Amino acid sequence: MTVLQKIGIGLFLIGICVFTAVLGLDSYKLDPSAINISNEYHQAAFMEAAKSTTLFEQEYPSSANFMTALKTTFKQAQNSLAGQTIPDGVGEWDYKLGDWKFKEYFKDDIFKNASFGTVNDNPIMWWLLSVGLAMLGGLFYIIPKFSDRPGIKSNGIFHSPMERGLTWKWRAALLGIVIPGILLYGFFYSYDWFWPVVTTAFVSLIIALVMYYQGSKDNNPQRSAGPDFTGWLGIVTGIYMVTFYVFLYWAPHYITGWATMFDPFSYALNGGPASKWFVYGMLYTIIIIVMGVRMFAKYRHNKYQLVRTGSVIFFQTAFAFLIPQIMSLLEQPLLSKDFKNIWPLDYEFFFSYNLDKLIEGGGLGIFMLVWGIVLIVIAVPVITYFYGKRWYCSWVCGCGGLAETLGDPYRQLSDKSLRAWKYERWIIHGVLTFAVVMTVMTLYTYFSGNNEVLGMNTEKVRSWYSFLIGAGFAGVVGTGFYPLMGNRVWCRFGCPLSAYLGLIQRYKSRFRITTNGGQCISCGNCSTHCEMGIDVRSYAQKGQDIVRASCVGCGVCSAVCPRGVLRLENGSGDIAERTDPIRAIHITEDQIKLLS
Amino acid sequence: MHIAIIGNGISGITAARYLRKLSDHKITVISAETDHFFSRTALMYIYMGHMRFEDTKPYEDWFWTKNRIDLKRAYVSKVDTANKTLQFSEGDDLKYDKLIIACGSTPNKFGWPGQDLDKVHGMYSYQDLEAMEKHSEGLKKAVIVGGGLIGIEMAEMFHSRHIPVTFLVRENSFWNGVMPPEESQMINREILANGIDLQLETELKEIIDDGNGAAKAAVTSKGETIECGFVGLTAGVSPNIKFLADSGIEMTRGIMVNEFLETNVPDVYAIGDCANARNPLPGRRPIEAIWYTGRMMGETVAYNICGKKIAYDPGIWFNSAKFFDIEYQVYGTVSARPAENHTSLYWEHSDGNKSIRIVFDKENNQIIGFNLMGVRYRHEVCEKWLKDKVNVEDVLQNLGMANFDPEFFEEYESDVIALYNKQAGKNLSLKKRRGLNAVLSFLGRGK
Repeated sequence: MTVLQKIGIGLFLIGICVFTAVLGLDSYKLDPSAINISNEYHQAAFMEAAKSTTLFEQEYPSSANFMTALKTTFKQAQNSLAGQTIPDGVGEWDYKLGDWKFKEYFKDDIFKNASFGTVNDNPIMWWLLSVGLAMLGGLFYIIPKFSDRPGIKSNGIFHSPMERGLTWKWRAALLGIVIPGILLYGFFYSYDWFWPVVTTAFVSLIIALVMYYQGSKDNNPQRSAGPDFTGWLGIVTGIYMVTFYVFLYWAPHYITGWATMFDPFSYALNGGPASKWFVYGMLYTIIIIVMGVRMFAKYRHNKYQLVRTGSVIFFQTAFAFLIPQIMSLLEQPLLSKDFKNIWPLDYEFFFSYNLDKLIEGGGLGIFMLVWGIVLIVIAVPVITYFYGKRWYCSWVCGCGGLAETLGDPYRQLSDKSLRAWKYERWIIHGVLTFAVVMTVMTLYTYFSGNNEVLGMNTEKVRSWYSFLIGAGFAGVVGTGFYPLMGNRVWCRFGCPLSAYLGLIQRYKSRFRITTNGGQCISCGNCSTHCEMGIDVRSYAQKGQDIVRASCVGCGVCSAVCPRGVLRLENGSGDIAERTDPIRAIHITEDQIKLLS
Repeated sequence: MHIAIIGNGISGITAARYLRKLSDHKITVISAETDHFFSRTALMYIYMGHMRFEDTKPYEDWFWTKNRIDLKRAYVSKVDTANKTLQFSEGDDLKYDKLIIACGSTPNKFGWPGQDLDKVHGMYSYQDLEAMEKHSEGLKKAVIVGGGLIGIEMAEMFHSRHIPVTFLVRENSFWNGVMPPEESQMINREILANGIDLQLETELKEIIDDGNGAAKAAVTSKGETIECGFVGLTAGVSPNIKFLADSGIEMTRGIMVNEFLETNVPDVYAIGDCANARNPLPGRRPIEAIWYTGRMMGETVAYNICGKKIAYDPGIWFNSAKFFDIEYQVYGTVSARPAENHTSLYWEHSDGNKSIRIVFDKENNQIIGFNLMGVRYRHEVCEKWLKDKVNVEDVLQNLGMANFDPEFFEEYESDVIALYNKQAGKNLSLKKRRGLNAVLSFLGRGK
């Protein structure tokens, strides 16, 4: 490691520490004018309660103190309303203050606006000391890699405490905490037991199907998920990332310090203050760019990887980040959207608020509506037919972009066992089914006005999908688990668009990975470095071309093959017999007949 | 019928798999090395941290039970062919009806003083890997003896851990007994560019004992004494057949087999590195210790045991390797000392790291071989040209079909043709560029 790299690690660590510390630097003081509850009874009761709790007079040193005070006041308002008789003609819950109203009335911007102190006074300085230093440190660490000789750079990954992964027991423990944790939280989040229970039932059903019906329980010992020793740095990183997502989705009140720090950038780009999504989008883009530079260094002998990395950087920076910001600045809310986001990954596309916005938006709105539908019904099947799902998953998609840059150091951690593949198929197609059913129910409600289907409230289905899949799966598990289960956890197990693209790739596409005759030496580099957990070697050593629904066409199997065995190809020929397993078999049945 | 297989390498395991495909016989695979089959060629990647041992196993551990292939971890100390019994070093034994010997090789030792000291190892088995791992802790210098494929792999292994290496090679250019001079020199350059101390025309004289039974230095034929904590012996391999000494199985360097891979003893077969062909096929060596031939022999022997008699025929020669970052593929005959009638078209990229050599018969222009450095070519396309003895000019004009480099990689076929035109005074042009469709129709597959 060079001196520059050591300095880089130091700067990066300082940056991360400052980034975390920023959340605790400012104090909070609420101005009465910030409370504008539309329900007059609730507003009055809350203001009254605030007097007795002296909510508006006090300065709170941390977001947690402030939250406690806010909750105490809310509770008091709740109690005072509960103790009074409901006036005639007013609905019970229009008068009483329900628990669930807290979330609605006190969004994170209340916290952001109430905060004051050094981050508010010097946002750019704190941004530079946190994000800026981390970025600089990352680049210092990456730039010297350009002086290495071009070629495969996998030396020592399984010796690294960051990249070597973890044993399946550790993995099971972390999944065992996070997944039930999300379901349990979902119970409190939705104030309803129905969907958390249904989800638990489905999870149990899938486990039973894979383990007993499909016999995976007998397939023991399974290929271990990690080495005997565990990469502690990876676990620390994973926990940090999981925590980040939990706060981002479900406890944004505590992370408004970041939004404060990002305000100057937000004002410059879209003319408004920074929301948590602005913070997330900008961080996401910066990470893809910095880690994209790392990809350029690591794969500079491989032009496919260079072009592909350039593509994901471009689509993230321009389409996902800058264009929506600029459209906001130009006051074009209809166009302030990620043009490349496609249903069912963009699961809100058919939500009534979006359809209303588009339909009422005149020509531009209709254009956006048609654009969205064309992507789903024409672009996806046609482009996938010609090039495979890689055109989206590893060239365009934002989730894919993060996986291919930030996630690249963890690609070897995907589970290649047959058991994992069985789980994968049930889960990803389960999510696709859920997405379709949820969307059909939403559309039914949109057109009929009836919000019940088979006794189920379509609004609740929607919000459960957003909670469970949109936040829990895609974010907390899908990305937070990069250092624990590989960089494509979401794309492999959860993404409904990936499932849709995969079905086309599997049954109607020109794309395949060609195996070079008999040259395979079964070394296993391809399988090890397959982020989607495909056991590439099992095909390559048979001389069989590879057509798998899950393959995102990242091309790394081909890049790391030491014998030049694999090539990503599109061809119109032998569509039906793409995967004939006969090619590397040395002796054909004909030869036998001739000789015996 | 009970078929016992000694050795769980690629040959023995391929035999077991095909036996299971073709029959319901009882199969036992015996190995003293590891519980399960792993890819020997991938050992280096475990040391380098690219993979874990588990990742080098081509089949999950449950595969063997599911396919009713019994695995036995034991060392065969004696084969009693008269009673069809294997005796193990632990004292137990095993009856068989048919026996396949696929026991592989062992690194060559040429009687160097100190060759059996501690910290002196070859690089063949899992145990060799463990030894390398053990001795790498705090290692300041390694000396590698022998300029073949394993030697350069070992150099790359130590290099990956920033351990300085001195590489002693007897020849005046690396692997020039196999490679034509230009390719051999390209590898020399690659070795040096990676900071390896390559000493050509240098042999090992002796290994000096540190007083505790371990190596402390190597003395070269040039009189230099190199302090080192590890000596790698990679001067080729020989069949690992000592344990068969009194078995009645005929052996010379390896176990003598006929074209059906049968030994002189009925119901005993030998395949892979340890098999020595009585009558090698034209242009082939009697012992070919390579992955691909092991796999083909495993398949062939299974057919023969299952009553579908077929002679071993590995077909057109092919092989591959990787020298640090330069990939190498060969198809057909490419010799360091070509026959009279062979000539070759050699194109080298200006970066000095890529080359394409096309060998052909200068009398009738028939294609004879391809040698690729840093460029990937398609096995099946080259094989078909070689089998059909196509005219080199046809090959050149369609050369794009052979290109197997990833998308967006530069294609050099036009440069190769331009070179040919210049040398032969012709005016050929490239008709087909890289791409799958033309290949599929050329190979007669697809719609």
